[in-house]
Amino acid sequence: MTKNLRVKSSEFIDETSRISFKFDGKTYYGFKGDTLASALLANNVHLIGRSFKYHRPRGIMTSGSEEPNAIVQINPNSNITEPNARATEIEIYEGLEASSQNCWPSVNFDIGGINNFLAPFLPAGFYYKTFMWPKSFWEKYEFFIRHSAGLGKSPTTKDPDIYDHRNIHCDVLVVGAGISGILAAKNAAKNNYKTLLLDEKNELGGSTIFETNENKKINNTFSSDWLKKEISELKNIKNLEIKTRTCVAAYHQYNYLLARENLTDHLEKKDKKNKIRQRLLKIRAKKVILATGALERPLVFNNNDRPGIMLSSAVKKYSDFYGVACGVKNIFFTNNDTAYESALSLHNKGIKVDAIIDIRENSDAKIIKKINDAGIKIYWSHTIVDTSGYKRLSDVSIMKLSNDGMSVTGSKTSISCDCLGIAGGWTPAVHLYTQSGNKLTFDEDRNVFVPKADNSAQICVGSCGGDFELDEIIKNLSNKLKNFLNISQTDFEDISLENDKETSKRNIWLLPSDKPTGKTKPFVDYQNDATAKDIKLALREGFRSIEHVKRYTTTGMGTDQGKLGNMHALGIIADTAGVKMGELGTTTFRPPYTPLTFGTIVGRNVGEFFDTFRRTPMNDWHIKNKAEFENVGQWKRAWYYPINDETMHQAVQRESKAARKSAGILDASTLGKIDIQGSDASEFLNRVYTNAWSKLAIGKCRYGLMLNEDGMVFDDGVTTRLGENHYIMTTTTGGAANVLSKLEDYLQTEWPELDVYLTSVTDHFATASLCGPNSKKILNKIIPELDLSDENFPHMSFKEVTIDKIKCRIMRISFTGEQSYEINAPASFGEAIWEKCIEAGKEFDITPYGTETMHLLRAEKGFIIVGQDTDGTMTPIDLQMDWIVSKKKYDFIGKRSLYRSDTMKENRKQLVGLLTEDPKIVLEEGAQIVSELNQKPVEMLGHVTSSYFSPNLNKSIALAVVRDGKNMRGKKLFIPMENKNISVTVSSTIFFDEENKRINA
Amino acid sequence: MFLINCPYCGERDQQEFKAGGEAHIERPKQPTELSDDQWAEYLFMRKNIKGVQFERWNHAHGCRKWFNMARDTSNDEIKAIYKMGEKPPPQ
Repeated sequence: MTKNLRVKSSEFIDETSRISFKFDGKTYYGFKGDTLASALLANNVHLIGRSFKYHRPRGIMTSGSEEPNAIVQINPNSNITEPNARATEIEIYEGLEASSQNCWPSVNFDIGGINNFLAPFLPAGFYYKTFMWPKSFWEKYEFFIRHSAGLGKSPTTKDPDIYDHRNIHCDVLVVGAGISGILAAKNAAKNNYKTLLLDEKNELGGSTIFETNENKKINNTFSSDWLKKEISELKNIKNLEIKTRTCVAAYHQYNYLLARENLTDHLEKKDKKNKIRQRLLKIRAKKVILATGALERPLVFNNNDRPGIMLSSAVKKYSDFYGVACGVKNIFFTNNDTAYESALSLHNKGIKVDAIIDIRENSDAKIIKKINDAGIKIYWSHTIVDTSGYKRLSDVSIMKLSNDGMSVTGSKTSISCDCLGIAGGWTPAVHLYTQSGNKLTFDEDRNVFVPKADNSAQICVGSCGGDFELDEIIKNLSNKLKNFLNISQTDFEDISLENDKETSKRNIWLLPSDKPTGKTKPFVDYQNDATAKDIKLALREGFRSIEHVKRYTTTGMGTDQGKLGNMHALGIIADTAGVKMGELGTTTFRPPYTPLTFGTIVGRNVGEFFDTFRRTPMNDWHIKNKAEFENVGQWKRAWYYPINDETMHQAVQRESKAARKSAGILDASTLGKIDIQGSDASEFLNRVYTNAWSKLAIGKCRYGLMLNEDGMVFDDGVTTRLGENHYIMTTTTGGAANVLSKLEDYLQTEWPELDVYLTSVTDHFATASLCGPNSKKILNKIIPELDLSDENFPHMSFKEVTIDKIKCRIMRISFTGEQSYEINAPASFGEAIWEKCIEAGKEFDITPYGTETMHLLRAEKGFIIVGQDTDGTMTPIDLQMDWIVSKKKYDFIGKRSLYRSDTMKENRKQLVGLLTEDPKIVLEEGAQIVSELNQKPVEMLGHVTSSYFSPNLNKSIALAVVRDGKNMRGKKLFIPMENKNISVTVSSTIFFDEENKRINA
Repeated sequence: MFLINCPYCGERDQQEFKAGGEAHIERPKQPTELSDDQWAEYLFMRKNIKGVQFERWNHAHGCRKWFNMARDTSNDEIKAIYKMGEKPPPQ
């Protein structure tokens, strides 16, 4: 039924391998080498999707990655479907399934198409303007807006494919393998530069590889044939790596580029299996040669978006490369010679071209004669004022342009056609060049932005560098390469060239129609449905900056990033505002050049490899004993140990009681440990902690608080003096790395005169913390020879012992208020020591407890956790820990800040205890605290930082920071929650054993 | 992504480094003698210039050494790298 538009066999298409694929549920056939776009065109399918805002029927515009319209959903019926794939880039394979996007129920009958007729009511900023009022209606609007928003369907399950990363270091990176890129890479590699050549397409050679027109010849052969020979020589060159299907996504400073290498997307399902789908290349190149070519621009005229309207260069590529005619009645519309080349190509292949409409007044270029000889009618000084055909172009109406190009005159002529090739000139693909931080300059003569300057690490060559004629390209390329690569000659500098020259130019950014602009639809950004009218409206409403106009009209904000239309947007703004185009600048070109899937970006760092997990030496024991884990920093810490089907609350209540009643054991291996040595170690500690350290005796431990220079609490922990010049510092689990880095910073930069050496030994020791009234008895069973009396081994002291030939350090320190001993063993013996403690503790019902119980027990004692009860705005004074701040020391980090006027203010937020009126109600951490319930606006006094139900006190307890809380002891405050107000009383922060008797009990 | 020439290790990728703010701000030797304003000047005030700026950098995932860098913030060109304690190069 469908017409086959395959016109002539092409060497790039393998007509012996027929491939079936589905589009919108219907089966079609194509050949190996086809893209989805070329295969559909061969089947005379132009209607691919609907536009974003007006749901207008859209077809294939281009033949490459700049495609704005022909974006499709791959595997539409699968839960790993992929949206927004460009039909012009998808290589077909057996079993490929794709569907239209942005239409319902189907691309042929789309209900959203009504928006097209509502267009007068949908100007730029429509959503901003309309849905502002009334405010309370937003939730109702939101449902509908969200329903119509978005392009394509997201996958709903996790990406099953494998992605990879590779680092590449090379001397020369060449981006783009058109004629310039190939010659550049060849000459770089031949001159001993380790060279990498990348191209986003599957074939090398760019647009030259299918150039068989007489008007571009090299050494008296077609330029395509000459280039094929050059390409065939590449494989014999050492130092040269070539990657096709590899698109450079980003170009960062210092020649660091990211490229996506597509490995399996073009393969059949069975061949994709277990293979890496895409690889992100992270390239650091000494020199970069950008040979990214140029993109053809469309022309902006009324209804320039119908299926069948394509770039003239795409029409040529479909015929010359894929052997597909895009229509049976072809015409072209142009402002330059490109359309003539395309028309000539079609004519040579027997595809009928009826007319060329040219806005120029005349041209004496050689190619014009060839077109005349071919009998193709040329309409000089004409423009298209309208087009018709809803789902496929059927007619264009043309009129004569006035001399100034601002209006049309005479009568309208209608030309029937089913394909219109439009040619608005060429824009150098400078996206990567500007991403790298370089600036563009506007070439007024040719109306293009070109790279401002080359440097010793980067050049732009070919049409990317602003050279459009073959002879210019070759000559400039040779000179640039000699200079850039520091070589005396290139191997192509003597080739003979024949090419027709363009002799006349005329550029009109917005072509006039017989209707006023307000009644026309000249699309600038096809994907986002932004028209010239929208841009003019934005200017009328006061937007001036190109960046603002872009955001207001969404021009250039689609998945194609406005590769086709951005220049017209700039041109129309400049013309309307009466400024020079070069003065406007451009919008910022941002990576990625074409969309990347998240899989490529994360590579193999997914699932368990997303982040590093640190596990303690006792981890296996915790798993065996059914611990639940929590993430603390990068550590997996035992959270609680449920027995049978205990809830977390039940387990924590049981563990907490047991630790105070008899004995508990905690894996404290994750605490940061820093070994400090050197003759100035004591002085160093004096400077970094708020309290005094010089008089700490060897074998004793001391708690220390560390501040930032702004006086705010930064970290805390116990430090033990192991020897005259040797300390071991413990830090919080999460703060370990930051503490070490901060201490190193001060040592290296502020106090290089101090003789101090810091070593992180966190991973070297495992720590089992025995606690509870029976802990001494358990330890006695393990080390009977050690005198555990309070005289020999008092609280806050340390002993070095040997357990089963294992050297251990035992600190008698307590974070629970119970008598407790921290046994530090070399990490490899951690589990053995732990098991020994469990074994010895059996007769005392020793209970392993996790971090939650630890938090509860310390809260009963009012011990802070840095980062939970503090948040970077709390001084030691705010924490009511004045006792730890030395008055005598001349200086320590943060000292001066403690008496800045602001930190000394009376009504700062201070740490207090809270008791609920109803002892059963447990407050929510983070809940807000107020003193008046009926005040409006209500003053927020602070918030709850820690809250638990204490089984040992049989009531709810909480810590909170409250404005002026220090002076509020006994005062009643309120915690307003969603459904109720909770009454609380301010109390001491110490809820349990205020006299600290249990430490030595 | 910068390529940074660590004075101890050589050229390494930026991801091995940590930026540490403005360089050549010396911690006052006698903080107690300073007024609130003088202390605030040391504590909070930092330059943010378009042009060559002197910065501290740390080879955090390498040798852990701190060093100084003169960087043009307008184009990210690294003008010089020099060790802690050394004077900034003449502009």
